[in-house]
Amino acid sequence: MRLLRIVPDNTRFKFVRFRRFSYPLSAAYSMLVIILFLTVGLNYGIDFKGGTLIEMQAKDGKAEIAQVRSTAHGLGFGEAEVQEFGTAGDISMRFALQAGGEAAQQAVVVKAREAFSANYDFRRVETVGPRVSGELVQAGTLGVVLAIIGVLIYLWFRFEMPLAIGAILGTLHDIVLTIGFFLITQLEFNLTSIAAILTIVGYSLNETVVVFDRTRELLRRYKTMPIDELLDLSVNSTLSRTAMTATTTFLSLLALVFFGGSAIEGFALVMLFGVVVCTYSAMFVSTPVLLYMDVRFGRPESAEEKAPAATKAKAKA
Amino acid sequence: MLRFQARKVIVVLLVLFFGCGLALPNLFSQQTRDAIKNGAPSWIPRILLPIHAVVLGLDLQGGSHVLLEIDRSDLLRSQVTQLRDDLRRILREERISFQGGIGSIARGVQVRVPEAADRAKLLPKLRELAQPVGTLGAFGPSSNSTLEVTEQPDGLVQLSVTEAGINERVRRAAGQAIEVIRRRIDPDGTVEPSIQLQGIDRILVQVPGLQDPQHLKTILGQTAKLQFRFVAEPGATDVDMLPSKDSGGQRIPVSRQVIVEGGDLIDAQPAFDSRTSQPIVNFRFNIRGAQRFGQATTENLGRALAIVLDDEVISSPVVQSPITGGSGQISGNFTVESVNNLAILLRAGALPAKMTIVEERTVGPGLGADSIHAGKLATLIATALVILYMLATYGVFGLIASIALLVHVCLIFGLMSVLGATMTLPGIAGIVLTIGTAVDSNVLIYERMREEEHQGRPLVSALEAGFQRAFATIIDSNVTMLIAAVALFSLGSGPVRGFAVVFILGILTTVITAVTLTRMLIALWYRWARPKHLPF
Repeated sequence: MRLLRIVPDNTRFKFVRFRRFSYPLSAAYSMLVIILFLTVGLNYGIDFKGGTLIEMQAKDGKAEIAQVRSTAHGLGFGEAEVQEFGTAGDISMRFALQAGGEAAQQAVVVKAREAFSANYDFRRVETVGPRVSGELVQAGTLGVVLAIIGVLIYLWFRFEMPLAIGAILGTLHDIVLTIGFFLITQLEFNLTSIAAILTIVGYSLNETVVVFDRTRELLRRYKTMPIDELLDLSVNSTLSRTAMTATTTFLSLLALVFFGGSAIEGFALVMLFGVVVCTYSAMFVSTPVLLYMDVRFGRPESAEEKAPAATKAKAKA
Repeated sequence: MLRFQARKVIVVLLVLFFGCGLALPNLFSQQTRDAIKNGAPSWIPRILLPIHAVVLGLDLQGGSHVLLEIDRSDLLRSQVTQLRDDLRRILREERISFQGGIGSIARGVQVRVPEAADRAKLLPKLRELAQPVGTLGAFGPSSNSTLEVTEQPDGLVQLSVTEAGINERVRRAAGQAIEVIRRRIDPDGTVEPSIQLQGIDRILVQVPGLQDPQHLKTILGQTAKLQFRFVAEPGATDVDMLPSKDSGGQRIPVSRQVIVEGGDLIDAQPAFDSRTSQPIVNFRFNIRGAQRFGQATTENLGRALAIVLDDEVISSPVVQSPITGGSGQISGNFTVESVNNLAILLRAGALPAKMTIVEERTVGPGLGADSIHAGKLATLIATALVILYMLATYGVFGLIASIALLVHVCLIFGLMSVLGATMTLPGIAGIVLTIGTAVDSNVLIYERMREEEHQGRPLVSALEAGFQRAFATIIDSNVTMLIAAVALFSLGSGPVRGFAVVFILGILTTVITAVTLTRMLIALWYRWARPKHLPF
């Protein structure tokens, strides 16, 4: 039986040269993200915006969405977002943050319960007050920033600064693209989304580190090889591993999208996008960044051995 | 490198076997685990017994999560009122003459005392009111005291609560509140609520498997400050106008003087009035309360009593005869449920401060069960897909990676069970994601072996080089992921934290299974098959 192989052996794709396409592409997309961020904005969930979310299921399996909508509007808490989701009979209602501080939010739940509990089971109720939502935004942002700083420090110790910077740039790129995904799809942005972004940070770094590990090794082995060739070689020689891991992760996330239930579908979709983006950026964004930095700088052993290595290369030639 | 000492093999297998065994209790029911726990002789260490299963988060088993916050401004207000009373008392006791009344300032009160001699008498008395706060003197002496007393040049004496004073009060109130809340939620020890302090002024209450979250919020949301006073007679001074439940929310005048407070109650039970068969609450006072109550009712026959709960008159019965036995009843427009609630609140005592619900998350048990079901399905399918793919790509090495993967998932469950970590819905997502990324280490090793073989190394040396050279990469990639996961954990909000825990455990265990277990299995395969080339 022949075994499956998605990437042929000994590929020689010019990854670094591809930056002429990938950089403008990424730049354009990033611009789009910034514009969308300023104009459309993220679809913040109640974690960050405050407000009340109620998910309910019709007891007889049939949800009268029009009726629910008019009743919800009639409660006097402003526009309620009412929509069907998941299996038949599931309805989600979203009420904006009520004026009048923390206590005012509770009234929404009480009233809604009175209005709907006869015909519907309350499956989920979430209420977040204004102060908590503000803190969640802070904590979320802080988490992402701390993660990046922590990784930067680790990479700085383990690799040299240029590689650390390359990895962090790639990761920032992936975060921007992921936020773009939220902007374009208008998928709800909540605490779970922050979790997804941090997971993507981890995955993105993982991808970059695998390539850079190879780069570091090759830098030691081929002291005179031109940097662009060396970078291409790093990516090509790790390509089959990248493809394998991306596929297994993709497959498991696919299972999550289709069978994980509506509650984690959002997370899984973002991660699917993230896996694609991280794989792309490790090859086409963060690796070419090294071209613009002196990666051989500050390697004492290379400085000392450069001369003999060069002669050796000449002798071979 | 491919030779393992038998001793080492046994140790590794034992550790892995034991680690996976820790996951075993998850297959038992709670009853079985309890039976084992109770049936086992005491000399067996607890950790060896299969009694620890993964704790399900509220989003999976259903339940309510309510975050309460102590109202700082309410506490400050009561502190300032206290200061005003103290100041008035001292001025009277010391016979100090002052101009104007007692004025208000931010966080305190002030009074103008023209005579320097009076001020000299007053200031030390005021300073005695202050209590030291148990913090180190890093912020200077003034912040170490609950009160600040200052003297302005024109004879103005100011008395105010310091920031440290408020914090100290909030801290104490939070400690008391936790006790009160525990008594309220769990009056008969049937539920297992988790009540934790968050920061200095927040209390997180988690009650699993709750059917009626509204009930929970009703009993949490009330301060339950009970007072017995008299309805004021016409023309009386020192009167509060309070809404009355009997007259449908209309305000009635109530004497400011409190006869007895809820703190003197020793018991409160719901009951039915034998004459009217209305629901009522029977209560009993302690000796001090009984004495005061007896005296007051003896002296005020025929007057209407005002039973005040949280500044609302819930009942105003007329005193027919002296109540000296120390017990009485509260009747009013009650339902059976509200009488039950009232009795619980009175038994548990009043909260030391007003508390507001700042966040609530409730998941119905039905949704939780659906989520578990969906999670199981997704995990099974993801595992099957990844295993098939690995088999198709790496053949017998794929089989080895799959075994490592299964052991890996078992280890995560086992560790979570023993550590008492909570499995949440995002946690399940974490498991599924881990399944996808766990084989990464195997892939790194295998691809490296291939490369080495392509470069012309003999098989054994290629196998070894694969492990050796991939190791640094595995460490680097996992440490970076770990840093991100720890950041995620430090974000620390319920379900997301559950995800981070799974992610962290997944990263830690993957290194062990992918490197140690895989290497042993490959060595075993090599000895058994004696191959010339890699099977992929």
